[in-house]
Amino acid sequence: MLEELARIAPEADLESLAPAGDLRDELDIDSMDHLNLMIALHRRLGVEIPERDYPRLLSLDAAVAYLRTRGA
Amino acid sequence: MADIVMPSLGADMESGRLAQWLIKPGDRIARGDVIAVVETQKGAIEIEAFEAGTVAGLAIGEGEEVPVGAVIARLEAPGEEAAGAEPAAAEPASAASPAPVEPAGPPLREPAAAPAPRPDGARRRVSPAARTLAARLGLDLAGLGPGSGPGGAVVSGDVRRAAEAVRAAGPPAAPPQGARAAGLDLEEMRKAIAAAMARSKREIPHYYLVQVVDLQAASDWLAARNAERSPEARLLIAVLLLKASALALREHGAFNGTWEDGAFRPGAGIHIGNAVAIRGGGLVAPAIHDVDRLDLETLMAKLRDLVTRARRGGLRSSELSDPTVTVSSLGERGVDRLLGVIYPPQVALLGFGRVGERVLARDGVAVVRQSVELSLAADHRVSDGHSGGLFLRRIADLLQEPDRLLA
Repeated sequence: MLEELARIAPEADLESLAPAGDLRDELDIDSMDHLNLMIALHRRLGVEIPERDYPRLLSLDAAVAYLRTRGA
Repeated sequence: MADIVMPSLGADMESGRLAQWLIKPGDRIARGDVIAVVETQKGAIEIEAFEAGTVAGLAIGEGEEVPVGAVIARLEAPGEEAAGAEPAAAEPASAASPAPVEPAGPPLREPAAAPAPRPDGARRRVSPAARTLAARLGLDLAGLGPGSGPGGAVVSGDVRRAAEAVRAAGPPAAPPQGARAAGLDLEEMRKAIAAAMARSKREIPHYYLVQVVDLQAASDWLAARNAERSPEARLLIAVLLLKASALALREHGAFNGTWEDGAFRPGAGIHIGNAVAIRGGGLVAPAIHDVDRLDLETLMAKLRDLVTRARRGGLRSSELSDPTVTVSSLGERGVDRLLGVIYPPQVALLGFGRVGERVLARDGVAVVRQSVELSLAADHRVSDGHSGGLFLRRIADLLQEPDRLLA
């Protein structure tokens, strides 16, 4: 997940990312970046993330928890 | 025999530096082939051929900077080379063209004549890949000796070796600011934006209109469509907004075109420049061509590709040279409303603010609906507020029936 985030926001300091913060605000991610992240996670982890679940992936913590429940 | 000239990649461009030739004399090229990489304030841009033919000669060498319009290469039309004649003599070289055209022959890598003296601080010969790599590694190219590429050009391998030597010698240098967006010089891009926007505000009498557009129907349609699809096949609402804008522009031609030499020139197609924010600061608005004729899936694929290349480098000349209108779309984050500054010589800019829930009145009742504030900044020399209002109304109407955007 961190690697894919680094690909989208190469200048970001992911070490200091607030785990519960809204990724879109923390990393200044727009709609296209977000879609690219979903595509990357889908390809890499084989997890199908329906669009209606997007709100459950808003922070790093939430996203990791969600991906675990989906068997990633 | 046809000339290939340094293209204009926007009203603000005066000259370009040829970073790399991708063709050599004798090569057959097709229309649209990428023939060279030119460094501009918008980063390294891939130059495409306007016509097919055989390369007769290269008029300038790598590393040379020439004004827009200067001949950079010569092309024989298909069949013409069969004559086997010497290439026609170059027209009297304008002051703009620093080197005479070279007859067909061995690849010309260095200009035959000594290039014009360069100003201090002229860049050395560095391949674009090496420049990108150096920026990523935070390596200062000025400290490097001659490279191992043709004519002493610095290539990727030189950068990698130098970076390893630096790492072995001590603590790594902090990456410079410019490394934030690999391959892009954000300071140069800022200068280009400053020149274009100052000209716009100086010359274009803007007027502004704003319309709230109900997007509930479009959002529902999109959610239903995307629910069955994997992320790769999903659409963003930005694509619906673009398509609706393009279809409305077909009927409202006064907003699609350019103001040149004191007169309005209608656009030859609906080529929409898409404002793309560059991480770290900066903006570029490359075009998608004939948006009104693309289906939504194709448009989505093109938009995704365009945003990626705008941010990582690799835009093409045709994308920067001929947008007929600009759309700036904030997506699901950001402010409610954006009022644009028209990109000259265009005559209009559409701004879609944040798409989100708002309270709207419907049949005497306050309801919460997905919606957007759509703005138009337009050139009063070409159109008036009344026609602008009809144009925005048309976009809003199209978005109420998303099925109409499939056509």
